[in-house]
Amino acid sequence: MAKHETPLLDELEKGPWPSFVTDLKRQAETKPECWDILGQLELSYKDRITHWKHGGIVGVFGYGGGIVGRYSDVPAQFPGVEHFHTVRVAQPSGLYYTTENLRALMDLWEKYGSGVTNLHGSTGDMIFLGTRTENLEPLFWDLTHDLGQDLGGSGSNLRTPACCLGESRCEWSCYDTQEICNHLTQHYQDEIHRPAFPYKFKFKFSGCANDCVAAVARSDFSVVGTWKDQIQIDQAAVKAYLNGDEGYPVNGGAHKGGDWGPFDIQKEVFDLCPTQCMWMEGDELKIDDAECTRCMHCINVMPRALRPGKEKGASILMGAKAPILDGAQFSTLVIPFIEINKENDFEEVIDVIEKVWDWWMEVGKNRERVGETMQRVGLPTFLSVMEIEPLPQHVREPRSNPYVFWKEEEVPGGWDRDVKEFRKRHAA
Amino acid sequence: MGYDPKNPMEGRISDLGPKYYGDMLAPVIKNNKGKWLYHEILEPGVLVHVSETGDKVFTVRCGTPRLVTVSYVRDICDIADAHCDGFVRWTTRNNVEFMVDAEDKVAPLKEAIAAAPSGLPIGGTGACVTNIVHTQGWVHCHTPATDASGPVKAVMDDLFDYFGSMTLPAQVRIALACCLNMCGAVHASDIAILGIHRTPPMIDHERITGVCEIPLAIASCPLGAIKPAKAEVNGEEVKTVKVNNERCMFCGNCYTMCPAMPLADPEGDGIAILVGGKVSNAKSGPKFSKLVVPFLPNTPPRWPETVKVVRDILLAYAKGANKYERLGEWAERIGWEKFFEETGVPFTDKSIDDYRLAYDTWRTTTQFKYTSHTAAYTK
Repeated sequence: MAKHETPLLDELEKGPWPSFVTDLKRQAETKPECWDILGQLELSYKDRITHWKHGGIVGVFGYGGGIVGRYSDVPAQFPGVEHFHTVRVAQPSGLYYTTENLRALMDLWEKYGSGVTNLHGSTGDMIFLGTRTENLEPLFWDLTHDLGQDLGGSGSNLRTPACCLGESRCEWSCYDTQEICNHLTQHYQDEIHRPAFPYKFKFKFSGCANDCVAAVARSDFSVVGTWKDQIQIDQAAVKAYLNGDEGYPVNGGAHKGGDWGPFDIQKEVFDLCPTQCMWMEGDELKIDDAECTRCMHCINVMPRALRPGKEKGASILMGAKAPILDGAQFSTLVIPFIEINKENDFEEVIDVIEKVWDWWMEVGKNRERVGETMQRVGLPTFLSVMEIEPLPQHVREPRSNPYVFWKEEEVPGGWDRDVKEFRKRHAA
Repeated sequence: MGYDPKNPMEGRISDLGPKYYGDMLAPVIKNNKGKWLYHEILEPGVLVHVSETGDKVFTVRCGTPRLVTVSYVRDICDIADAHCDGFVRWTTRNNVEFMVDAEDKVAPLKEAIAAAPSGLPIGGTGACVTNIVHTQGWVHCHTPATDASGPVKAVMDDLFDYFGSMTLPAQVRIALACCLNMCGAVHASDIAILGIHRTPPMIDHERITGVCEIPLAIASCPLGAIKPAKAEVNGEEVKTVKVNNERCMFCGNCYTMCPAMPLADPEGDGIAILVGGKVSNAKSGPKFSKLVVPFLPNTPPRWPETVKVVRDILLAYAKGANKYERLGEWAERIGWEKFFEETGVPFTDKSIDDYRLAYDTWRTTTQFKYTSHTAAYTK
């Protein structure tokens, strides 16, 4: 493969942010197909349009997901990218790696593919970008036999679940996000690899309401850590924050670069608390926990003084998706609090998951995300399917229109009436 | 022994799932899992987490382009082998994190990072512009309306100082999705860069019968703009579709379902900017990003119009927002009319919703602020 002139892309070698163009050129020295990636991308920069054909179904035997077909529409010019399929490799929960494993993955990808990757794809998988159809089975063989790992999801199936780093390096995580993520990923291998759903379905696990894995925005089934008792307060540490002691920077030091003046607990914590449930009594910090909505702001600001409660678990919200078709949706609160219990293999969460799937697989239309099905049938119907008692917590505010879908059995006497009898009393 | 194409099912292993995360944790992480007490950002890009056991882990966070080669990843492995006992992790925003178990290991680690052949800028913590979550764009996708890695590189070059510092009122999350499918989920970002189409699909009558399920293509349109039709191809009548262009909102869902309905176009395609979204529940609940710039042209290789608008919005926010205030919280506090005035972003009718549930965003109160926009009424 010949080197291509790339005057436009060369402009992206300038500037301080690491350049993918420089990286690709370096890789092209040992993987010449990278020149064709650059060449085709340069053509796109010139033409201002993509040069990848639409789709193409490829995969490995026995799986309906994990590989996405991709073909160049200018293969004669760029034979190295004629086939350029994507391989999704399921990531370890929390995105931790040993270099031994990473190097083995890179060696595998150098052998069977372009040597270009994404760390990571939007759903969380490690993405291998660009290989030929005939390489797929040998790659999969080596991936499973030599590395002992597997592909992720694509298509109308359970997509590779993802989580924040959780308890592994965060003091706020209210449950072990990695453990449940890994457990359910293993538990649902069949659902990940063999599409049987109306459309894609994503799980995301965030340890707290800061939601670092964007569960509420990006997953059909969002598990967000919370607690049901009181915020833990270390009054001595509160005083240290108030005194501006060394080692007690506000917001964990996140504002160190700004000229914000001394810490003002009233302005920075109490006034910004969405429920105004905090105050000082003398030099004691008080919190009216019954009013607290566990938003995390005060804990974020004073991480050494405040911690989530001791009775921890998660809220489950459902139905988030990007805008296609009727607009973006956030997940809707369904279960206010659930224990995340590894001792019983997360049985309570699995019960909820399977209740949703059983229903959605029955009533969901082709390419309908569960959030769209929820909208179509309405939240009251969805809650009744889920056998969940409707709560004021399920809505931001009560409806303002009076168009209730009353059921016949809710109306004494039902709907079966005789207009002739009616007319005897009410002339037309 | 390896894969045998003659016996493809022989010896096959499947459904292994991912590597067990527990085997990927450095001892200081494994030993202190669930025991962390608190953390502090020591300087931009460097964090310490302190455990109840007394252990500390120091993390150095670095930006990456996300689109990286095996060579780039091996450079990272070299650093992790030399300084981190062979362990490394990535964040959900495409940053890489090197961790060490003692403070005196931080300086040599930072030196190694600075000397790495691949660029690994240190930062991405606290009140900064951290790495841009983004999609594939022209480098690998079949439906994009813009590139991803190119605009991301151009924007991050321009905002580079904000990656390695913590001077902003709060964290600013920028995301890019190269079409409305939003693999980059930009719908809840402080600043969202979104590829959009403006040309309706063309119909390739010669191919449609062979490559499309016509009823699925028709059903794919959220506005019912696609109808069955007949066309003549080489003297023969074929079943095809027609599009009511007046109704098209350029979502591209039909092209996803039917390869014979391409809509990408060099002039039609470009970038929209949406702002004010957030995911976190801290203070205010999650918010959707709102469309403030309906269209900017695709101007490779460095998308100067997009870079400028993102900078203008960021600087106005940095100047006007209170400590802790996310971009959307700032815009809501001052009012969106003030947002347009402060940022200098021209307000157009394209920011007024006329899709479903549009009325929710129309103003139904007499409470508003006079801005330059109302000058014609007040002069």
